[in-house]
Amino acid sequence: MSQASSSKTMTIGESGLSLMFAVTSFLCVVAAAKAVDAPFAFHASLGAAASLAAVFVILNRYFDRPAALPAYEINGRPNYNMGPIKFASVMAMFWGIAGFTVGLLIASQLAWPLLNFDLPWTSFGRLRPLHTSAVIFAFGGNVLIATSFYVVQKTSRVRLAGDLAPWFVVVGYNFFILIAGTGYLLGVTQSKEYAEPEWYADLWLTIVWVTYLLVFLMTLVKRKEPHIFVANWFYLAFILTIAVLHLGNNPALPVSVFGSKSYIAWGGVQDAMFQWWYGHNAVGFFLTAGFLAIMYYFIPKRAERPIYSYRLSIIHFWALIFLYIWAGPHHLHYTALPDWAQTLGMTFSIMLWMPSWGGMINGLMTLSGAWDKLRTDPVLRMLVVSVAFYGMSTFEGPMMSIKVVNSLSHYTDWTIGHVHSGALGWVGFVSFGALYCLVPWLWDRKGLYSLKLVNWHFWIATIGIVLYISAMWVSGILQGLMWRAYTSLGFLEYSFIETVEAMHPFYIIRAAGGALFLIGSLIMAYNLWMTVRVGEAEVQSPVALQPAE
Amino acid sequence: MRAILTVQNITSDFVTTFWTPIFVGIFIAIVTYALWPRNQKAFDEAARMPLREE
Repeated sequence: MSQASSSKTMTIGESGLSLMFAVTSFLCVVAAAKAVDAPFAFHASLGAAASLAAVFVILNRYFDRPAALPAYEINGRPNYNMGPIKFASVMAMFWGIAGFTVGLLIASQLAWPLLNFDLPWTSFGRLRPLHTSAVIFAFGGNVLIATSFYVVQKTSRVRLAGDLAPWFVVVGYNFFILIAGTGYLLGVTQSKEYAEPEWYADLWLTIVWVTYLLVFLMTLVKRKEPHIFVANWFYLAFILTIAVLHLGNNPALPVSVFGSKSYIAWGGVQDAMFQWWYGHNAVGFFLTAGFLAIMYYFIPKRAERPIYSYRLSIIHFWALIFLYIWAGPHHLHYTALPDWAQTLGMTFSIMLWMPSWGGMINGLMTLSGAWDKLRTDPVLRMLVVSVAFYGMSTFEGPMMSIKVVNSLSHYTDWTIGHVHSGALGWVGFVSFGALYCLVPWLWDRKGLYSLKLVNWHFWIATIGIVLYISAMWVSGILQGLMWRAYTSLGFLEYSFIETVEAMHPFYIIRAAGGALFLIGSLIMAYNLWMTVRVGEAEVQSPVALQPAE
Repeated sequence: MRAILTVQNITSDFVTTFWTPIFVGIFIAIVTYALWPRNQKAFDEAARMPLREE
């Protein structure tokens, strides 16, 4: 570090990665030429172009950089690596708006089927996974990667491990999203909910995710702080478990190595069980553990209060880890799955009430002595309301996992409402709150461009969520009750189409709620854009943020 | 060969039979660690970690 050698040499990462990408590019060209279906040819071409671009970028970066790599410390203080975090934050905002827009479109399709346009690419069946993947994995995933890289550096007081590796993670992950998303539109899917991408996208994600795990772990290994902060435990659980879930749910045999179609290794009900072991733990470890990590860092930071109970954070972390992994079978009530497994899933889901509420209480009570800030700081309000939504949806979820309740709720819109109270209220709001904190820190701004606009975003989005979930509650329970209604002669009272007709008004209300949520996110994007563009000195903010250093 | 298989069976039987008490034991150990009075000071400090950084 101190004695920079006069002659510049390539690091192993630079030479290795450029070689790897050159080979990948060549292989992708071959795959595109020999492709047995058009979507595979398209994806192979994308892979070839992206790999080639990667080689150029890596070499360019090498020629432009000074002989010495960025120092880990400057004047005894950590030289934090913020570039990849900035990239992931921008991508999060982009994918968020894209995902919410597609969500609004498919909500409108359900109300007005004409909007399917009678085209295969815009049909509900293809756009629905595009929406779920865009909001969960593209928006949520980028927020998680950005915040985890930020939090692990700050709480370990050390620069992110690796030179190219963090960039490989953020860019590689977004390339996976691109392959997955375009695949859905072209009809490429393995038909596993939240795990739709086909085998080649899965393989690529595995490489990216293992790199992510290594970057995170190695940063922890190099930490200057003896204690590993609780948020890092949550991030680590999230990264590690998603790796295991991804590998467990996706072993597949491609029909041809030059084609997109594959068959999953698991058969029948085992496949269903694997799928929902994966599916529910994607909720538990991606949408819960990861975002709880955000809660444990950003709420104390923003409220300028310590965590209410660090002991509670340890206990509810481990309780969550021990219990969540068994809850998956509640997605398979009244199916071919053995009865005892269903009951086991239900029992563990009910037990999850305790750690979930432990986390909620810990997040909310962190505001002890700072409750007045809720009036003046809409960003903190957003973070706190997200925790309230977390409490609400983790109360509702266990309740719905009870078999008798599930017999009414399953396959109805109630599930959609439940998922969205968690997704929009909890994951959405905690992500928005984190991004509102993160952007001024990353771009060295004194504060946000406008707290008033955050206030507008907060209220518009909140009204949107309330419209969405209340419409789905009514619609779902209505639907469930109509399905099980019998006449005095023992015939079903309603035909299916009658239930669809009954739900129509609620579908319109739901789409209106989604539109409000989308408008809120557009206000946010404008606000963040202006925060970055307008210089520090020009910012007049009533609440001064702590400047990032 | 046979002996190895037997050893493997015994360990796997042990884990499948006793995973509940094993996990409960690990969990009790974690709770004890979290609630141990002497750890209070370290935890209070850890709770302030986001506020201490530069």
